[in-house]
Amino acid sequence: MFGTHYRIERKSVILAVAIMIVASIGGLIEIAPLFTIDDTVETDPDMRVYTPLELAGRNIYIREGCYACHSQMIRTLQDEVERYGPYSLAVESKYDHPMLWGSKRTGPDLARIGGKYSDQWHTAHLTNPRDVVPQSIMPRYGWLGRAQLHTAHLGDDLRAMRAVGVPYTDAMIANAAADAVAQASPDDDTAGLVERYGEETQVRTFDGDRRTVSEMDALVAYLQILGKLSKAAEQPAKAVAAAATAPAAAEGGQARP
Amino acid sequence: MALGERDPHSGHMTTGHEWNGIKELNTPVPRAVWFFLIVTVIFSIGYWVLMPAWPLGDSYTRGLLGSDQKEIVARRVEAAAEERAAWAQRIAAMDYAEVRADPALMAHVREDGHRLFGDNCAACHGMDATGNSGFPNLVDGDWLWGGSPDAIARTITVGVNSPVSKDTRVSQMMAFGKDGILTGEEVMATADYVKSLSDPGWAKGKAASVARGKGVFAANCVACHGPQGKGSQELGAPDLTDRNWIYGGDIDAIHATIENGRQGEMPAWEHRLSPADRKILVLYLLDRGEALKAGAAKGAPR
Repeated sequence: MFGTHYRIERKSVILAVAIMIVASIGGLIEIAPLFTIDDTVETDPDMRVYTPLELAGRNIYIREGCYACHSQMIRTLQDEVERYGPYSLAVESKYDHPMLWGSKRTGPDLARIGGKYSDQWHTAHLTNPRDVVPQSIMPRYGWLGRAQLHTAHLGDDLRAMRAVGVPYTDAMIANAAADAVAQASPDDDTAGLVERYGEETQVRTFDGDRRTVSEMDALVAYLQILGKLSKAAEQPAKAVAAAATAPAAAEGGQARP
Repeated sequence: MALGERDPHSGHMTTGHEWNGIKELNTPVPRAVWFFLIVTVIFSIGYWVLMPAWPLGDSYTRGLLGSDQKEIVARRVEAAAEERAAWAQRIAAMDYAEVRADPALMAHVREDGHRLFGDNCAACHGMDATGNSGFPNLVDGDWLWGGSPDAIARTITVGVNSPVSKDTRVSQMMAFGKDGILTGEEVMATADYVKSLSDPGWAKGKAASVARGKGVFAANCVACHGPQGKGSQELGAPDLTDRNWIYGGDIDAIHATIENGRQGEMPAWEHRLSPADRKILVLYLLDRGEALKAGAAKGAPR
């Protein structure tokens, strides 16, 4: 075995070719499945896209490194499914560029946090986690409530997302900044926003402050949409519930049959 | 391999490279490293054969064992549900009083309820259910929307001011100061009056302000909080005469509440928790509340 190796080591071209062959095996294993990704990811024609405010919140989530402690992927494990809800499907991250699945689970998984707690809770918790969860080790993010959201570049953010396959329309891109403000201002005219992003768009004063649109508004809006863009995962969960115990399914036991 | 020569000191071969008379040893890889490397290679080949491993276009090699994580988790969740069904179905079928009279079922309620409460409710109401600023205490026997099992079950199901439930309970304290319904002076007088309801000592030396606040209260607040400030469980309006406060009972907090209003939200759980789980939570809360009361009566530290 060593004899061959010693001989190859002494011939630079052969060695280079051999290195390329070995390295390409690893590359192929990682890259080849991406060629067929359109066939392997589930489909959900009704999937919504992030609104500009939610996308801004997502960028803040990335900026603050939330993914370093929070995953956004419920694994196919019994305890995770019973605690957080149906396991995550690939299609649910279809419009996530980059995806934020994460792997460091210091805090709870956030894949289905949307709607689980109130906006007030999220605001109080982000301002000082220990006000609501005494044993929490999460840092404070109180300044988000005082930092005004920069909306000028949101149209470009949407355009960048469209370049990688998120179906934003020209109207969405043109109105991005106005839509971000409208989503956090329920007293204003929100008809255009709802028309562009659908009836289920959540229009609220997320941080409880009606006067300004802060980074807190954006981050809470993003957290409150997590797991709600697609309903694809509810289908397998219902099938599981139906298969498990008939009485539980009859009573509508969805999250935990 | 005639590349080098044997080094007389170490007994190992040299590589044949030489720098100014210094020759490089070709020390063999230790046997232990070889051993584990070979074991790892054998293991991985076995794994490829038995388990899902290699991508094949839009499919993959399934492996001889046919292992599928999604099937496994579905089966486990199903098995756990069946195990649980033995007592969970009895709880679902019985009424609240019957379950509470059954020690075996209540043992399940305490264990399972504790887990459900921790996973879903503790973030706002605290692990011991004693609440936080803005999130009510659930074990003090004082209920905003009524303390009967059915009332509690309804609050859990539809929530309060929930943006998603159509049948949600709705309760809004208006922003009397900020929205210009009352003047700043009137807000302060009302705060003094409200504070004096639960803390009579507060009225000392503030008779004029309290009297003025009483008038403002009668004109603006009684519709929800009642003429005596006792509140209304129909409307989710808190009793202002007791010492239980949701947003704090010091004068600044009361002032802030009247000035800025309050629209506390309780999420609706009808799509997240099954009816049986919601019932277990109601039983768990009532049980915790009574245990605390019994503990306080005996003076036992809890």
